[in-house]
Formats: sequence, structure tokens, C-alpha cells
Amino acid sequence: MEIHDVSDELDIKVKKYQRGEGADLESLKDKKLKGQLANKEELFKKSANAAAKAEKWLMQTEGGRLEPEGIEKTWRFHQQSIAKEVDVASRKNQFDLVLPDLGPYTLDYTSSGRYMVSAGRKGHLSIIDLHTLKPIKDMQVRETVRDVVFLHNELFFAAAQKKYTYIYNRAGTELHCLKEHGAVLKLQFLRNHFLLSSINKIGQLHYQDITTGQMIGNYRCGLGHSDVLELNPYNSVLTSGHSGGTVSMWKPTSQAPLVKMLCHRGPVTAIAFHPNGHLMATAGMDKKLKIWDLRKNEVIQTLPGFAKSLDFSQKGMLATSTGSFVQVLATSDSQDYSRYMIHTMAKGYQINKILFRPYEDVLGIGHSNGLSSILIPGSGEPNFDSWVANPYETSKQRREKEVRVLLDKLPPEAIMLDPTQIGNLRNTRNKEKPTQQETEAEKAAAIAAAKNVTLKKKTKGRSKPSKVARKKQEGIEQAKRSFVEQHKDDGVLKKKQKRIMDASDLPVALLPFVSRKTT
Amino acid sequence: MRVKVISRSADDFTRERSNDLQRVSRNYDPNLRPQEKAVEYVRALNAAKLDKVFARPFIGAMDGHIDAISSMAKNPSHLKGIFSGSMDGDIRLWDIASRKTVCQYPGHQGAVRGLTVSTDGRILVSCGSDCTVRLWRIPLASGIESDDSSNKVCTHILCYLNYDLLFFRAVDHQWEGDLFATAGAQVDIWDHNRSQPVNSFEWGNDTVISVRFNPGEPNILATSGSDRSITIYDLRTSSPARKLIMRTKTNSIAWNPMEPMNFTAANENCNCYSFDARKLEEAKCVHKDHVSAVMDIDYSPTGREFVTGSYDRTVRIFQYNGGHSREIYHTKRMQRVFCVKFSCDASYVISGSDDTNLRLWKAKASEQLGVILPRERKKHEYMEAVKNRYKHLPEIKRILRYYWPPIYKHLIEVDVDIDIDDFDVDICRHRHLPKPIYKAGLLRRTMANAEKRKEERRRAHSAPGSMPRKSLRKNRIIQEIE
Repeated sequence: MEIHDVSDELDIKVKKYQRGEGADLESLKDKKLKGQLANKEELFKKSANAAAKAEKWLMQTEGGRLEPEGIEKTWRFHQQSIAKEVDVASRKNQFDLVLPDLGPYTLDYTSSGRYMVSAGRKGHLSIIDLHTLKPIKDMQVRETVRDVVFLHNELFFAAAQKKYTYIYNRAGTELHCLKEHGAVLKLQFLRNHFLLSSINKIGQLHYQDITTGQMIGNYRCGLGHSDVLELNPYNSVLTSGHSGGTVSMWKPTSQAPLVKMLCHRGPVTAIAFHPNGHLMATAGMDKKLKIWDLRKNEVIQTLPGFAKSLDFSQKGMLATSTGSFVQVLATSDSQDYSRYMIHTMAKGYQINKILFRPYEDVLGIGHSNGLSSILIPGSGEPNFDSWVANPYETSKQRREKEVRVLLDKLPPEAIMLDPTQIGNLRNTRNKEKPTQQETEAEKAAAIAAAKNVTLKKKTKGRSKPSKVARKKQEGIEQAKRSFVEQHKDDGVLKKKQKRIMDASDLPVALLPFVSRKTT
Repeated sequence: MRVKVISRSADDFTRERSNDLQRVSRNYDPNLRPQEKAVEYVRALNAAKLDKVFARPFIGAMDGHIDAISSMAKNPSHLKGIFSGSMDGDIRLWDIASRKTVCQYPGHQGAVRGLTVSTDGRILVSCGSDCTVRLWRIPLASGIESDDSSNKVCTHILCYLNYDLLFFRAVDHQWEGDLFATAGAQVDIWDHNRSQPVNSFEWGNDTVISVRFNPGEPNILATSGSDRSITIYDLRTSSPARKLIMRTKTNSIAWNPMEPMNFTAANENCNCYSFDARKLEEAKCVHKDHVSAVMDIDYSPTGREFVTGSYDRTVRIFQYNGGHSREIYHTKRMQRVFCVKFSCDASYVISGSDDTNLRLWKAKASEQLGVILPRERKKHEYMEAVKNRYKHLPEIKRILRYYWPPIYKHLIEVDVDIDIDDFDVDICRHRHLPKPIYKAGLLRRTMANAEKRKEERRRAHSAPGSMPRKSLRKNRIIQEIE
């Protein structure tokens, strides 16, 4: 019985590494290809198994958890009671920075979760090393700062200021002033593509390559005011929420949005994406929080309540904030999200932004009176990968990683809704011949279109009723003729085939004459 | 309640002392690596581009002969040595590593037409237009390396004169055994210890120009003759086994060492033909790309590819089953190539040409020479694997040479007159070629298309079925005689 349980557990783990279903080999006609693919599938299966088995040895850090006993409920636990139970090092992650003058604050973490950059609306920018809790740089730009975002590592960050966006380095030196972006409301950085994207006051979406400085895309959304811009980490598609309640998804290589969906009856206030890319959470002024399945673009859950800010954690917990109140939702075995933890700030605090810290059970909160950080057990990924994001990175490793990441920089064309499409060949099945009914319907439609055409009014007698009638008749004939010709082609072929069939009955000596006649 | 949060101590993830290795932790979760397919594709593209950037195949020339190189032989028991014979009768042993002559074997009065080494690597057999076959003792490998200041001069141990005073054109030693065969007016089988041939074969009156023993079955040999024939002999029977007559002469033959029933013939009509020796009525594969007669051919010890040298002054490397070459090597100074050899470790190619030089090339143009560290090797292997995975995508296909670019394929399908096989790969791949070769390729294509068009018209105006289509693999074969 126990052995059975162990194998089941392994199966679940293997599934995670298999990256979806294997190729359908049964429908293949090419035997050679089938054999090759079967070998490949076998290899994939083996590597998934090996990865699942190695988990036991490689993933040593245990994840966080919060388990109620008896009639306790998880959402009744306060931060103070959690602080009593956890170790000293974790207790350091609960803090409140009271900065009453220059708020409200917004924040961003590096991909490894070690550094935090925060920006006060009134011009306070600071970078903090969260391991030592010491500020690396603290400065005042004396200008409105609307958003701040780290670039590929902690050495650079971009701040959306009153008129322009600026790029600063860690020492606080201004490196670039990005004037083309305009008065930016929200910034996002696409790590794999090295694209800094922004949405500005007049609803323009900009994509700028920060390695070359080239402006990759500049599109007008045309869907109303938008101060919500989120990145889907799964496929790097940018999503903006608009005042009309629409949510639109964008890629840098097309002018039209990839998806445009009406999500709320009122302005969209916040959007967040699950790290596996299948779930999207949106909140609107219509007092609704909706969770969408992005594979079908359907709502799977609707919850009541406002949300000023939303964020998914690495393990799939969803944090929402309104006013001075934070709520964390989690899924249990069933699909639905339900209340997991709540946290209330001091009265009068207005929360501006909440963000889960990667690889830690920590939720960062930027609010009107400074910055806070609270513990949410079980929200973060316990095991990091040194080659993806390393919180204990040395400067030498950081330099090496920068080079490596630059070599793997993706072209903007690689952004698409389904990133697994890359490397697939387009299906080149020949179009099936339309049936007779279809062609007839098409013909009728073409004739009707030719009849209903309205001709331009012309002078000097060229719009006389007789002329107009003749012209219309010509149009109808034209439409008919094109179908007749198609039909004729088929007929000629058939006739030719028939003649060749006849020819094969003749004696050899006569054959040259027959073929000459037919061609 | 029970609470646990992620808690890491820095000591577990950082090194203790500065000379320790950095600690690495892994998590293979696909969610941590978004867009991994796109990243792999970019890596494959970069790897393919780097391959082209680092393609520097030419290592160096070996200068020393004072006349054109006419023949070469590799020593199966010594990796670094190669023998070369020239038109003036000079035979030299070269050290490939230092690219210097180690030994000289003076004695031949006319051109050395054939060179071969016995299986144990002790004896070198040469034959030439002075109607003699000479046997030479090869110095031991240790002796070669000890003195590199001055050339040794060796003398032959045996010399056999052809009794009819007829030219020898080629010689080859058995892969296992003591026999060797010479080709000239007839095929003679010799023993090391006899001054007269043990056996002689003749089929027709024409000269035999090349001879090669089968690597798997020591008693079987294939020859090609100036009567456009390829003949297969079995030493156990007294008469030749089978003969194949083609439309043009075959200059040289090479057996595939890994599939000993297959051989490839280097033909005068610019193509090479791979045959199954058991089924000669049809070639298994036609390897095209040269623009002039193919003079010599040699298989890689892996049996997966072979190298050809041609009168058009280029050396090409083909896959054993590839219709077009994977690589073309040329330099400004290299003249008509008379002989080529793959090195015994399959990593180098040596060509001997009319300009009295031997040239050393890498078999893989972008391969890194020298000792490769394990991490580096792993990286190379990874890049190779990714490249292989995405090779069918147009951008990568355009750079790698093995496959057809789809755009051109499309064009060809539209143009009815041009067959896909007749479209020169080099021309549509925008690969730099010497101008004469590029022009000759164009010309050949035009001629082939014209011929094809003419045949099509002739077929259209003759009785149906009276001009059956003949596949390219059968087209050049006239008949097979048992």
C-alpha cells in the first residue's frame, strides 16, 4: 500500500517536468519520423523521471506552511502570533518603514528577491538590500515618481517621473533620460527580451530595447485611459486594463492587440498573472474580482470586493489590497480561491502596491505612510536555481550571468500568446476542394453582391439609367464568368484524361498522331 | 497552529573560504524558466552563426616536393604519419603534427602512381611509371620522433620489375593479410615474399586505373578501368566476379569501412556514385556538387562521410548518404587536387595537389583544436543538440548547409523546368565560392536544364511510353556484366 503511494507521488512530480502531452504518434504515416519521434519521447520521459527523482536530493529547503489545529482558522492568525512562532531570521522579514512625508510608495524586487527598490510619489527613491536590511542608495529627485522597476539586475532601475522616464544605476547616477516615452504611468521590464515597456498618460504603449536603445514599438491603445500594465511571465505578453473595463494584451510586433476582452463594467483597477500563465486575476471599480482561465478566456471565479492592487505569488496565492486592508487568497484541492490570510494596516494608511517577494514567504506592501513587509507562510518557492535567480549571487557571478543572459536575449518576435508554438511547423495540409453546394452558394453571393453594387454618381450623362443598368449587367456577367472558368478548367482536365485513355487502345504506330491532336 | 516559513541561512548557500567552489542549487521546475523554447531557439541560431564565424578549416601546407603530388597513403598503425609520392619519383613521410618531412625514399625513376602501407604498419609498397614495385621498410614511430633536425633517407628493401615493362597505375594492400594488388595493364596480386605476382586478372584490354581492397572481406577487391568499368574481383576464384559499365570513367573507388558492402566511386562526370556491391544495377546515392572530374576519394574511419578531391581545385566533404556536399575547401593557391585522405582519427583531411603541396584541413571546419575542458565540451555538445533540434526552422536552415532553404524550394516547385536535384546548392545558399567554380556551377546547371528540357520535349512528341523516365541513379549506368 505504501509503495503504491510513493509511486503516485512520483507520478505527480513527473507530470510537472513533462511539459504537457507527448506528440501524437499514432496519426503519423511516415514510419521513419515516427521512429525518431518515439525515441525522442522516450528520452523526454527519462529526463522527466530523472528530474522528479532528483528532487529529493536537490530541493533541500522546505516550503512554508500554516496549518490550523481544531477549530482555528488560518485567517484569524495575526502577524504578531506568527512572529512568535517563527525563527529570528524570518522575523527580520516583518518590518514597517515609516516614511510619512514622501508617500505613497511603490516597490519592485529583483528576480532573485534580494533587493528592493521603492519610490515615494513625491520623489523618494531607495534601494535596500533585504538580506542585511541596509539601504544601498537613498535619494530625492524632487519630482513626482509614478512607478519604478528594476532592469535585468540590481545595478539599474528605471523610474517614471513627472515628465520623462529615467534610468539610474545603483549609485543613483542618472544614466539615461527616455524622453520618447512621455509622461509614463506604469513601467514593466521584459527580462528575457531586455525591453522596457511603459504606458503613458495619453494611452501610448512603448517598447524600448535597453541594450541598443532602439524603440521597438509605439502603439496607441485607443481604449481609454489606462494606469494598469502587467506582464504575463509565461509568454511576456503585456496586458493593460482600461477605464472602459476592457483588458487588452499586446506584443511589440503588432499594432492591434492580441486579445481585447471586456472584463468589468467599470474601470479596471488591477491585473495579476499566475506564474504558470494560465490564470489571470482582474479587479474593477464594479466591485468584482474575477479569475480568468487564459486558455479559454473564460471566467472561472468571481469574488466580490474592490482591489487597488493584486499579485500572485510563486506558489499561486493571490494577494489583494483595498484601503488599508490586505487579503491573501489560496486554492486548496479544489480550483476555487478562498480566504487564506488577512492583514490590516493602521487606520488611514492607503495601500498603493503589494508585491510578493520571490523565493521568500514575504509580501511587500507600499502604502501612504511608508513600506511594510509581512509573512505569508507557503507563498514563495523554497528552492531557487542558481542559474536562474540566485539570492546569494556574488558580483562575479552577476557579471557572468549578465553576459549569459545577453547572449540568450530573445528577439521581440518571440513574444506570442502560446510560446510553445516556437519551433513548430505550420500545418501545410492542402485546402480541400469546395463542394458543389459551396461553390454554388459562393456564386449566388457573388452575383447578389454585383447586383447590389451602388455606382458613383457621375456627370455628363455617364449616370444615365441605361448606362447604369448596362454596367451592373456587366458586373453580374463578370461574377458569373469567373465561376464558369473555374468549372471549365476541371472539365478540360477530365476530357484530356479521357482522350489519353482512348489513345492507349490504339496501335503503337498511330500514337504520335493522337497525342498531337490532344495537345 | 503550526507555522513554518522559508528560512535560509546564508552559510548554507555561500562558500566558507575563498578558495572553495561556489555552491550551486538547482530546481528544474519549468515555471521558473518561462519561454524556454524561445531561449533554446535563440541559442540554436547563435550556435549556427558561430559555426560559420569560426569556420577556419585550413591548418597549413606541407611544402617539400618538387613536382605534383600523385599519390598518398596513411599508416594504419601510426596516427601522425602520412606518405606522399610525387610525379618526379620522390616519396616522403610527413609528420602531420609538425608538418615536416621525416623520411625520404629515393629510388623511383618516374612518377609514383600508387602508395600503400601493410596492415602492421611495417612496410610501404610503392609502384610507379618506371614499371617497378618497391617495398620499403618504415622506421619505427619512436625513431621518427627522436630526430627532427635532419631528414632520414631510407632505401628500398625489395624492387620488382614488371616483366612486360608496363606501367603500374595503382597499388593497394589487403586490410588483413600479406597480399597486395597492383593495377596497370592487368590486376596483379603480389605476396611480400615473392618476386612474381601470385595471381593475375584480366577482363578486356583496357588499363586498370585504381584498385581498392574491401575492408571487411580481405579477399574482395574493386577496380576501375579506363573502359569506364568498375569490376569486383574475388581472390578465391580465378576469374573476376562482376563488372559494371558506366557512361564515364571512374577515377577512384573507396569502400565504406563501417558498411563494407558499400563503396563510392569518384566519377569523371563530376559526381560520385555510392553502390551496394551486391546490387550494382542502381546507385544507392548520387553525390553531386563538383564542377569538374573527381580525382580521388577517401572514406572517414567512421563511415559517415567521405572526402573527395577534384580537378576543379576544390576538396569537398560529403555525408555518406547526402546528395550534396556538406563542406567545400579551397584556397587561392591550391591547384588541381589529385589525392585526398581522411586522417585515421577522422578529424583531419589531407589533400595533395598539382602545386607540389600537401594541405592539411580540419574535417569539421569550425571545430576547436587542442584540449577541451569538460565544461567546454559539454557546452559544445549542448549547442550541437539544440542546433539539431531546431535545424528545420528556416532561419537556422539557411545557415546550416545540410538542408534546403524553403524559399528556393518553393521557387523550384513553381518553375516546372528545373528539377530540385539539378539546382546547385552552393548557388542558392549564397556561400562564397571562387568565381570560376561559381561560374562553372551556373553553366553546368544551365546545360543540365537545357538537356532536361530537350528530353521533355522529345518525350512529349514521341509515343507515350517509348521514352521511359530513367532515374538519376540509373541514368549513368550502361550495363552490368556477371
